[in-house]
Amino acid sequence: MRLKLTRFKESNLFWPLCILLVLLVINGFLTRGFFSIQWKDGRLTGILVDILNRSTYIGIIAIGLTLVIATGGIDISVGSVVAISGAIAAFLIGGELVMRGSEQILVTRTPMGIAIFIALVASTLIGMWNGFLVARFRIQPIVATLVLMVAGRGIAQLITNGQIITIYYAPYYFIGNGSILGIPFSLYVLATVLILVTLITRKTALGLFIESIGVNRTASNYSGIKEQRIVFWTYAFCSFCAGISGLLVCSNVKSADGNNAGDMFELDAIFAVIIGGTSLNGGKFRLGGAVLGAIIIQTLTTMIYSIGVPPQVNLVIKSIVVFAVSMIQSEYFQSLFRMERPVSLRRNYYL
Amino acid sequence: MQDESAALLSMQNISKYFPGVRALSKINFSLFPGEIHALMGQYGAGKSTLIKIMTGVYQPDEGDMYFQGQKFHVESPEHAQNMGIATVYQEVNLCPNLTVAENLLLGREPRSFMGIRWKTLLSESQRIIKEKLELDLDPTRPLGSYSIAIQQMVAIARALCVRSTVLILDEPTSSIDETEVERLFSILRKLKQEGLAILFITHFINQVYEISDKITVLRNGEYVGTARTKDLPKINLISMMVGKNPEEIVDTEVHKNVKINEGSQQEILCTSGLGRNGYLKPLDLSLYKGEVLGLAGLLGSGRTETAKLLFAAERAMEGSVYWYGKQVYPQSPSDTISLGMGFCPEDRKTEGLLGDLSVRENIILALQAKRGILNYLQRKNQEEIANRLIAELGIITPGTEQPVKNLSGGNQQKVLLARWLATNPEVLILDEPTRGIDVGAKGEILQRILSLRDTGFAIVFISSELEEVVAISDRVAVFRDKKKVAEIQGDEIAEHTIMQLIAQGE
Repeated sequence: MRLKLTRFKESNLFWPLCILLVLLVINGFLTRGFFSIQWKDGRLTGILVDILNRSTYIGIIAIGLTLVIATGGIDISVGSVVAISGAIAAFLIGGELVMRGSEQILVTRTPMGIAIFIALVASTLIGMWNGFLVARFRIQPIVATLVLMVAGRGIAQLITNGQIITIYYAPYYFIGNGSILGIPFSLYVLATVLILVTLITRKTALGLFIESIGVNRTASNYSGIKEQRIVFWTYAFCSFCAGISGLLVCSNVKSADGNNAGDMFELDAIFAVIIGGTSLNGGKFRLGGAVLGAIIIQTLTTMIYSIGVPPQVNLVIKSIVVFAVSMIQSEYFQSLFRMERPVSLRRNYYL
Repeated sequence: MQDESAALLSMQNISKYFPGVRALSKINFSLFPGEIHALMGQYGAGKSTLIKIMTGVYQPDEGDMYFQGQKFHVESPEHAQNMGIATVYQEVNLCPNLTVAENLLLGREPRSFMGIRWKTLLSESQRIIKEKLELDLDPTRPLGSYSIAIQQMVAIARALCVRSTVLILDEPTSSIDETEVERLFSILRKLKQEGLAILFITHFINQVYEISDKITVLRNGEYVGTARTKDLPKINLISMMVGKNPEEIVDTEVHKNVKINEGSQQEILCTSGLGRNGYLKPLDLSLYKGEVLGLAGLLGSGRTETAKLLFAAERAMEGSVYWYGKQVYPQSPSDTISLGMGFCPEDRKTEGLLGDLSVRENIILALQAKRGILNYLQRKNQEEIANRLIAELGIITPGTEQPVKNLSGGNQQKVLLARWLATNPEVLILDEPTRGIDVGAKGEILQRILSLRDTGFAIVFISSELEEVVAISDRVAVFRDKKKVAEIQGDEIAEHTIMQLIAQGE
C-alpha cells in the first residue's frame, strides 16, 4: 500500500490531480452550489457538468497535440483549425431561417453528415500541410504551423464571408448540446478519442516510435523507423482533433465565428499537455494527463468567471495560476522543498 | 611521494553515492603544479564522477577537498572556473555557429558603453590563437567549419583564457587523429612548463606513456593506486585497471585466421560507382559472407561516408547497389534494414542511442521497426529478447527498464550492438565501435566481431586505430580524400602497408 502510494506520488498524474483538487476546493468555497448536480429535463446539470462539457474542446485538441509534442514538435494552428472547421460546417448547413407560417422547417444546404465529413477532411488536410512542411522540409514546427495559425483565421473568415453564421438547423445542435443517458454527448466524443488513441499508441508500436522520434530523430531514422511518415500523420491527426473540437464549439453556440472561435485554444491546449506531464522536449507522453490538464484549465476559467473578476484582468489571473502550476511542476522548484541540493539548472554548462 | 602540502588540489576520502550505486568510495587524489597526471580506469571506474566532483557538477557525499592547502567546497561549475579549475570535456561544449573569436571570449567580451568592442575582440582572439595554440586559424570563421580537433583546441584555449592553475581534459584525444594529437601534446607540454597542473583522462595507453608524469588508477569506484609513469610498466598498469595479476592477463591479441577470398565466398553486397558529389567519390566495393572488411584511412577520408551511403542513411546521387546480385534501390535506413543490414554509427549519443528510453526499448527498437507498427512485440517477448542479449553481450545494467543514458559508454555500445543482433542481420556496419571503450571491453568487442564473422555475418569495420583494423580484417579498403585508393587482403594487411597507402600522393 505504502509502495503504491509513493509510486502514485511519483507518477506524472499526481501533481495534476493535486492541482485540480485544490482548484475544486477553492471553487467550492467561492461558489455556492458548485458541487451540486441535478437531474433536469432528462440530463445532468450543474457547474461541474458544465466544466466537464466545456473542457472537451481543449481536451480533444490536447490529445492530438500530445502526440505532436511527443515527437518533439508543436502545432500552434489548432485554434485556427477550430474556426475553419466550424465555418465549413456552418456554411454547408446554411444559415437560413425558413418559416412556413409560424413554424420553422429544418433545412440544410448539404446533408448534415456530409457537412461534418467535409469539415473534418478539410481539417485533416490542413494538418497534412503542416506535417508536410515539418516532416519533409524540416521547417521548425513553430514556424511551419504559424503560417496556418495566421492564414487560417483569414480562411475561416473567407468562408463565413466575414459574418457570424447562425445555424438554425436543430439536429446539428445535438453535437455540442445533446446528451445520452444524461451525460453530455461531447464527453462521449472525448472518451472515444482518448480510448482509441490510447489503444492505438499503446497496443501497437506507434507509441514507442513516437517517443523514440521525440527523443532522437536521427537515431530513430537509423533504427529503421519511418520517422517522416509518422511525424506527418501526427500533425494530420492533431488537426483532425482540432476539427472535431471546432464542430463541438460551433454546435454549442449554434453559430460559426471565423474571427473568435477557437481563439487562444492553441495556448490552452499546449498548457494542458504540459500540465499532463508531457515535456515540450518530446519523448514520453501522457494522453490521460493532457485531458486532465484540459479539465484543470476549464475549472480555472469557470472559477475566474464565477468569482466575478472583471474581464479586463481575467487573463492576468489565469496567467498567475499558470505560472504557479508551472512552478509546482518544475523539478528544480520541487527539489527546493525536498531539502536537497537543487538540481543544477544548467546541466550543460561546462564551459 | 611528494610532500602532500605542495599539492595544488587534493581530495581525501571522497565518496559519492547515486541511488542504488556507490559511484566512488574513499578516493584519495592529489594534483601538483607542473605535472601531467593521467587518471586511468575502465568504464564505470568512476573517473567521470571524480572529475565532476572536482568541477562542482556533483557534490561529494563524504570526504574533504583542499585547494592550495585550503579546505574548500565547489558550489558549481562556475565557481570551479573562477577558482582556476578549467575543464575541457570529451564532447566539445562550444557554439559551432558562432565564430572562433566569439567562442574564445564568450562571456568575457571586451566591452565599452557602446556594447561589445568587436575590433578588440578580434585582435585579442588572434593573440590567444597565436600564443596559446600556435595555430593558423581565421577567428572570423564559424567554429563549426573547423574539425573536431581544432574545436577541441579552441575549447582548451578558451579554458586557459581565464587564469587557470588546473586544467582537466576528459578524453581530449578520442575524436582526433594522430597528427592532431601530436599538436595537442606539444601544447600540453608547453602548459606544463608554465606550471599548470594538468589532469588527463584517456583510454589510449600509449598516449599516457607518451605524455604523463604520473598515473592514478581507479577501479569500480575505488582507489587502486598512484605511481610515476616511468616506474610503472604497461603490464602492471593494465593489471591495476582490470584487477588481475600480470600473469593472469590473457593475451588480448585477437587470434584470427585470415581468410583469403578466392572467389568461392558468396557476395552479399556490391556497389558500383556509388557516390555523391562533394561527399564521396564513386565507389566500387564488394562484401562477402563471413568476412570482416576493414575501412582504413584518416579522419574525414571517406570511411564514415561510405558507411552512411551503404546504409542509405545518406542519399547517394549516382551509382548502383546490388544485394545478392540483384539491383536494389534503398531510399532510407528502413529499406536497408529490411534487406538485412545494421549500422552502429560513429557518434552513438547523437545518432545511435535514445537516451531517455529504457535499455529494453533501445534493444528492440530496430526489430520492432522491421516488424512494422502493427506487429507489436508483446511486452513479455520484448523482455525476453532484451534479457537474452543483455546476458549474451554481458551488458551491465540494473535492469531492462533503466534509461540507457545512465549506462556507461562501453555498455551503451553493447546495447547498440544488441539492437542489431536482435534483427538478425546479414551485414553489420560498425563505425568506430571501440571508441571510448576501455581495454578489456575493446578486446571483448573485437572478439565478438570475429565470432559473428565465423557464423556467417559480413562485417564492415571502421576504426581510427590501425592496429585494430589490421588485427581483425580479412580485407581492408584504404581511403584518402573521400576516395577508396586501394584494397588489400591476406598477408598484405599490415600497419605500415596501410600507412604507406594513405600517405602516397596522387
